[in-house]
Amino acid sequence: MLELSGVTYRYAGYAKPAIHDVNLRLADGEILGLVGANEAGKSTICLVASGLAPASIGGGLSGTLTIDGEAMAGRPVHELAERVVVGFQNSATQLSGVARSVFEEVAIGPMNLGLEVPEILARAHAALRTLRIEDLAERAPNRLSGGQSQLVAIASLIAMRPRHIILDEPTAQLDPEGTRLVGEALRALAGTGTALLVVEHKTDLLDGLCGRIAVVADGAIVREGTASDIFDDPRLADWGVEAPARVRLGRALAGRGLDPAVVLA
Amino acid sequence: MGAFVIGGYLGPLLIIGLVIVPSTLIAGTLGRLVRVSFLLTLPVAISVVLVSVFTRAGTHVLFAIGPFDATMEGVDFAGQILVRLFAISLAIGLFGLTTDPNALVYDLERRGVSPRFAFVANATLQAVPTMVERAGVIQAAQRARGLDTEGSLRARLRGVMPLVGPVILSSLTEVEERSLALEVRAFSRPGRRNLLWAAPDRPIERVARWAMVLAFVSVVALRVTGNFPDLV
Repeated sequence: MLELSGVTYRYAGYAKPAIHDVNLRLADGEILGLVGANEAGKSTICLVASGLAPASIGGGLSGTLTIDGEAMAGRPVHELAERVVVGFQNSATQLSGVARSVFEEVAIGPMNLGLEVPEILARAHAALRTLRIEDLAERAPNRLSGGQSQLVAIASLIAMRPRHIILDEPTAQLDPEGTRLVGEALRALAGTGTALLVVEHKTDLLDGLCGRIAVVADGAIVREGTASDIFDDPRLADWGVEAPARVRLGRALAGRGLDPAVVLA
Repeated sequence: MGAFVIGGYLGPLLIIGLVIVPSTLIAGTLGRLVRVSFLLTLPVAISVVLVSVFTRAGTHVLFAIGPFDATMEGVDFAGQILVRLFAISLAIGLFGLTTDPNALVYDLERRGVSPRFAFVANATLQAVPTMVERAGVIQAAQRARGLDTEGSLRARLRGVMPLVGPVILSSLTEVEERSLALEVRAFSRPGRRNLLWAAPDRPIERVARWAMVLAFVSVVALRVTGNFPDLV
């Protein structure tokens, strides 16, 4: 379990905190969605939850990050690598830039962990298989499309076999098929006990994927609940979040005097 | 280096004829290597010829330009330097044309170089084509907004300036993001790591390497002790 308790974080050089008094709990095997407008503080929560802030990027943190009951404060980031990893939305910078093939790229993390070669190979193959991108294995990473790069970046994280994965807009550059594929992969990962924190603007993806959703606004978590509770909340638009198509369609039907439950059935 | 240590014409020519040319023929890159080496050597060669021919003192004056005498001794000296330079540039060119930078860096890591140094070396080698590609994208974006990057040399130079800032800034931003992504993948973990790939290293290649090292050390030793035979 990964838990943020009373976390306030301020970036280096800034007087005002980017997030304040954040409490968030991510249970094993759970998929927790994080939604909110741009600049709400979602990416900052990702940085803090992954241990990169303040360990790698500096800044001031109060409150605690605990993983499986252990406080992570002061630990070097490489010690966290098998417990929690984070993927960012810019796939171009998620790749190392030195690998000659996608397979090699995915294998870099397990190599860094000092694993034996058979284990490295097994993890890389399994990660590619999970995202159904085995056919990209021999391709040069710098010759992939944005969507393919994103999938490879996620595969690179999966190959680390962490207990918690944080993904900041993992489908930002993906087409509908790629988005569906990532959704399936995340569901499969959660089935193995991996906990996932997924930041997304695509609420349609989160709607069918997440057990719980947290809404971030102005650096704080303003609402938390089941996907149905959150996406049916009339304040969603005020928080800068678009409701999923299911909800919008239901409202449109209800506005015309039709019963969505009957029509959509 | 051996070309400089041996000196004269014969030493560098022997290295070219007995080592570099056969290796290049095996690699099938003779034409490209000669072109690359010629271009690499040309700027230095021009200054070597001018300085050596016109400033080297000598008794056989070939012709004079103003206060400068072109001497036979200067021509001889320039010739010796040029053949050495060409041997060196051929050797460097052969190395560059036949060695995969990634393979080199991985092999260095396998031989004990730290993974961090290996990554920096590898990333540096990869950075040039990446930056060229990024500059192309930024240039296309600037041109779409009316920047003139064609025409006279002056216009081209003027067109380069708006590219410098975005290319450098975007590269710096990318470095920061990439370093975070690498941190997440345990890049800073101390200790060695098991590599997936090993450069093919046949016994004959190992023998050739050690033979070259031995030959170089022997030549240096003979030179230092004054026992090296005079070569033409």
